[in-house]
Order: sequence, then C-alpha cells, then structure tokens
Amino acid sequence: MKKTLALAMMMVTILTLNACGGNSSKDRVVNVCSWGEYIDESLIDQFEEETGIKVNYQTAESNEALYSLLKTGAGDYDVIVPSDYMIGRLIAEDMLAELNYDNIPNYALIDDQYKNLSYDPDSKYTVPYTWGTLGIIYNTTMVDEEITSWDAMFDEKYAGQVLMIRNSRDALAAALLDLGYDINTTDEAQIREAYELLSAAKNNGVYQAFVMDEIFQKMEGGNAAIAMYYAGDYLTMLETNEDLRYVVPDEGSNWFVDAMCVLKNAQHKEEAEEWINFIAGTDANLANMDYIWYASPNKEALEQYPAYYEETYGEELDQENFEIMAAPADVLDRCTLYENLPAETLMLYNDLWTELGI
Amino acid sequence: MKNKLSRLTIPYVIWMALFVVAPIIMVVIYAFSSADGGFTLSNFAKMGTYAVVFTRSFKLAIIATIICLLIGYPVSYIMSKEGPRFQRIAMVLIMLPMWMNFLLRTYSWMSILENNGLLNQLFQKIGLIALYNNIFGTDIQFFRMINTQGAVVLGMVYNYLPFMILPIYSVIVKMDNSLIEAARDLGANTFNVFRRVILPLSLPGVLSGITMVFVPSVSTFAISKMLGGGTELLLGDLIEQQFLGGAYNPQLGAAISLVMMIIVVICMVVMNRFGEGEEQAVMM
Repeated sequence: MKKTLALAMMMVTILTLNACGGNSSKDRVVNVCSWGEYIDESLIDQFEEETGIKVNYQTAESNEALYSLLKTGAGDYDVIVPSDYMIGRLIAEDMLAELNYDNIPNYALIDDQYKNLSYDPDSKYTVPYTWGTLGIIYNTTMVDEEITSWDAMFDEKYAGQVLMIRNSRDALAAALLDLGYDINTTDEAQIREAYELLSAAKNNGVYQAFVMDEIFQKMEGGNAAIAMYYAGDYLTMLETNEDLRYVVPDEGSNWFVDAMCVLKNAQHKEEAEEWINFIAGTDANLANMDYIWYASPNKEALEQYPAYYEETYGEELDQENFEIMAAPADVLDRCTLYENLPAETLMLYNDLWTELGI
Repeated sequence: MKNKLSRLTIPYVIWMALFVVAPIIMVVIYAFSSADGGFTLSNFAKMGTYAVVFTRSFKLAIIATIICLLIGYPVSYIMSKEGPRFQRIAMVLIMLPMWMNFLLRTYSWMSILENNGLLNQLFQKIGLIALYNNIFGTDIQFFRMINTQGAVVLGMVYNYLPFMILPIYSVIVKMDNSLIEAARDLGANTFNVFRRVILPLSLPGVLSGITMVFVPSVSTFAISKMLGGGTELLLGDLIEQQFLGGAYNPQLGAAISLVMMIIVVICMVVMNRFGEGEEQAVMM
C-alpha cells in the first residue's frame, strides 16, 4: 500500500517538475486578450509560424469585464485591446507599460488622425487596432420608418422588440445623447436623468433583452427589430441578414478607437511588441478588416481595402457599407470619443447599472 | 486499523481547507471590507434594495426544484422497477445530455425558443399561431418564450433534472423488496405501501436531489443571462456583475454571496429537519 502511494507521489512530482521546466525554458509565448469575433484567426497561425512565438488568445466580453479580470488578477495577459476610455483609466491607474516604439516600426503606418488622442496624448502606451462608430441597427422588415434618432431605443412603440447593450457606458451614452447631453458629462443630475430614461423604458417592457455577443444570433435570425451596437459587427450581421440597416443617429454618437497596449506586469514584453508590430502591418490590417469589418487605422490598408475586396471576391465593395465601416468626416463630426471619467462618476455608473438590473 | 484508514482522508482534508474553507473565509473578509481595505458594514446596508432579486431567484429555483421532483420521482421509481437492460439504457439516456457542454446546451435552447426560432417557426408552419389568433382575436406573430421567467425555469429543469433523478433512483433501486412484501402481507393497499414504506425510505434520495437541484438553480447566472435576457436579474447575475460585469465592486459581490449562502444554509437545515421529522412521524 505504502509503496504504491510513494510511487504515485513520485510520478506526480516528476510530472509537475516536467511541466514547470517546459514553461520556463526557451518557449516564447505571448498572452493576448481581445474581444470576441475580433480577429482573423489565421493571423494567429501566421504569426506563430513566422516567429515561433506561441499565442494564447483569449477574449473578454466588454471593457468593464476586462477591467475586472485585470483587477482580480484572474487574467494573466501581455497584450490587451481596450477602448479609448478604458485605456485612459488604465493609464491613470498606472497599469500599462510604456511601449518601445523602436520595436514597432509599423506604428509609422498608422494614420496621424488616430495618434495622440485624448486617452494617450503623447502616444506612449498604445498602437491603435481599429476604430469605428456606435449606432442603431434595425430590421427593415420589422420597422416601417427610417430610424434617425436615439428615441427608437426608448420608444414604447417597439416594446419587446429592442435589444439594449449590456454595458453601462454605451447604454447610458445612448440615453445621454437622446436627452441632448454630452456623453462625457460628469453632472450627476444629467446622468441620473439618463438612468431614469433607461429604467423607465426597461420597466415599460421596451427591452427584449440586454445583450453583448448574443446580438449576432438575435439580429441575424430576425428575433428582434432594433438594437444598438458597433458598425463593424453590423456588417458581419449584414452578411447573414440583408434586411438590416445601420444608422449613426442625428443626435450624434460615440466613435471609438480600440488600441493595443501592454500591461505593466507583462511577462513577455518583447514578444508582445513583436505581436503588436505584426498586427499593425498593412497585410494583417487588410486581412483583419476583411474578416471583422472594423476600419483599420493603418492608412495604407484603409486606402487599399476596396481594391483588396474586389480582388478577393471578384466584385466591387459596396460604397455605402465601406462608409459604415470607415465613417466619413461628416459622420465623425457629430461623434465624440469617450473619455475616462473621474472615480465618483464611475462609481455612480456602477451603482446605477446594478440598480437597473433589479 | 481505523487510524491507518483515516490517514487516507488527509488529501481531501487539505483540499477542503485550501479550496473550500479558505475561499469562504475570504468571502467573509471581503464582505466586511471597504474598497480601501478597512472594516465596514456598508456593503450590507443596501441589501434591502436587492430583496426583489433574492425573492425572484428563490422563487424560480423553488419552482424548478418542484418541477424536477414531480418529473424525476416517477421516472426514478418506474425505472427502478424495470429490468436491468431497460435501466441501463434509461440511465445512458438521462446522462447523455450531460456529455455535452452546459453552456452549449443552454445556448441551443436560445435558438429553439427565440421569437423567430425553431419552435415558433414550427408553430407557424402547422398553423398553431393562426389558430390562436383566430380563437382569441389577437394578431401575434409568435409566442413569446425566450427572455421570460418561464424560459429560465425551463433551462434550470433541463440542466439539473439528472441531479434529481440519480440520487432518488439509487435509493429506490437498493430498497429491500421484502419490506414492501411485508407491508402488503399486513394488508396495506398500493397507495399505503407507497406512502408509508416507499416514500419514507426514499426520502434521503429526495432530499439530496432537492439540494443538488436547488443550490445550483438559485445561484445560476449563465442560464438567466442566456434564456432570461438579463432583463430580470437573478442573484448569480447580480454577483457576477460585481466581479466580472459592468459594475466592479467585489466587496458588494462578496456581501451578496454571503447573504445568499446563509439563506441557502438555513433552507437546507430547515428542510433536513422537516425530513427527519417526517421519517419519525411515519415510523410512529
């Protein structure tokens, strides 16, 4: 009996030792955390083949979820791809590492329009990954009018037909915009008013559900009439359901930049920069844009994309769809970037968001 | 001899200390700390506002447990009276869905129950919706099934039913048949045999079945998120939100978890007392 036990213990010890040894030796690894459906996965294979670096690719549901993962220490990542306002918060909380841009020559290809934005004014921490707009998606077979206003997200006329987004920042932004307020307001009264609008709509049964990635299945299948989401994802849905339309409402909206950052406590900073450089390249941006339909900040890639599309699919890229992906100046003019909010306002957002669920 | 054997429990004791007791202690500490680490009771101050969520969660979990019991008990009973071949096949069929991932199973219910989902399309095809509209003079395009409390209960029953059937079945199948024969000899009719012999003897299985269905049901968040649409938050959602969701407040999350744990423990104690009382009453 004792012998067997000893033998078993020995085997366990050997196995664990082996496992540890394997990890700490020369294997190069980079841990990436991004959003769902947000990369052409063949790029991962390509990068692994070219560099021999193994990519552990994981996803988080939203910026807030990612923040929680980082705070609780559950996520052990090197590269993350948060949005503008979350980057601002992470920088403010000293959680990001400064990048060595010498290792990221492809950074030069990024259009100046997406550099030195409010969240990273001196461009020390970030390399933009994609950009786009937030807007309303609706199904023309279920909605008779042309939607142009955020009102549609709160209108009882569409009770049970609307999908609200399941993250506090975007949901409250829709309400703030509908009320004519700034999406970066820190005025508690305005935020509370926006909350009241959301909460009243919820209590009146306007919302069929609160969704993030479930939106694909629901909008593609014609299970809901109206939803708010990101332009790139709309184009993905459009591939399956041609009845869908996308609009950036007249009141304006949010435009966002998602950018790659390296965490301060990253174990593989060198590999992380190699990954960022690879993804920032024109070929990777073209492949990504084609797959996820989010506009690239890489100037060359964005200019080449219509030609790339034609070559790949043998048909011309729909200009209207291209402009939804890469919003033209007149649309961007009425859109605002989210800014990182002060701690009290963030707390208010958290409290209101919890309250909304009850 | 006894001492030697009890040494074998050491691995589990260590396991339990590390992964059961220590986390509970951490939950308690978190529940009583403020964001900057000091002692506070404020996490519990707002617990009253979440009463709705508590009631809703317990209500749905209780309904799901009752349905599981009503379906599970007869199935286990009948199964145990059949031949071994039937029992084997039935067992495989009951376990079969559990070989698939829990999230995947629940996700597929989404496409079944959607407004434009498989079921509604079927109802449309066979004219059930038109018939309904004719009879009630309504003008509906679909039956609203997803994003309702009913869908959440369905998800719970579907996922946790095996946990009700298995313990009840294993108790009934081991029941000494001579006890039933003796009861009949003493003149009990079928109903009385069931009520005064089989039911009390199967009670331990029923109680563990109830626990195994009720506890995961009351704390689920995946099912309510997918089938309930998040418009009616359950306790699990509320807690998840504090850790991983839109609102980051682990202290509040720990406080809610603690209150939930305490209520569940109270429920279990009361139920087990009730169970014991029942057994004794029947014996007398």
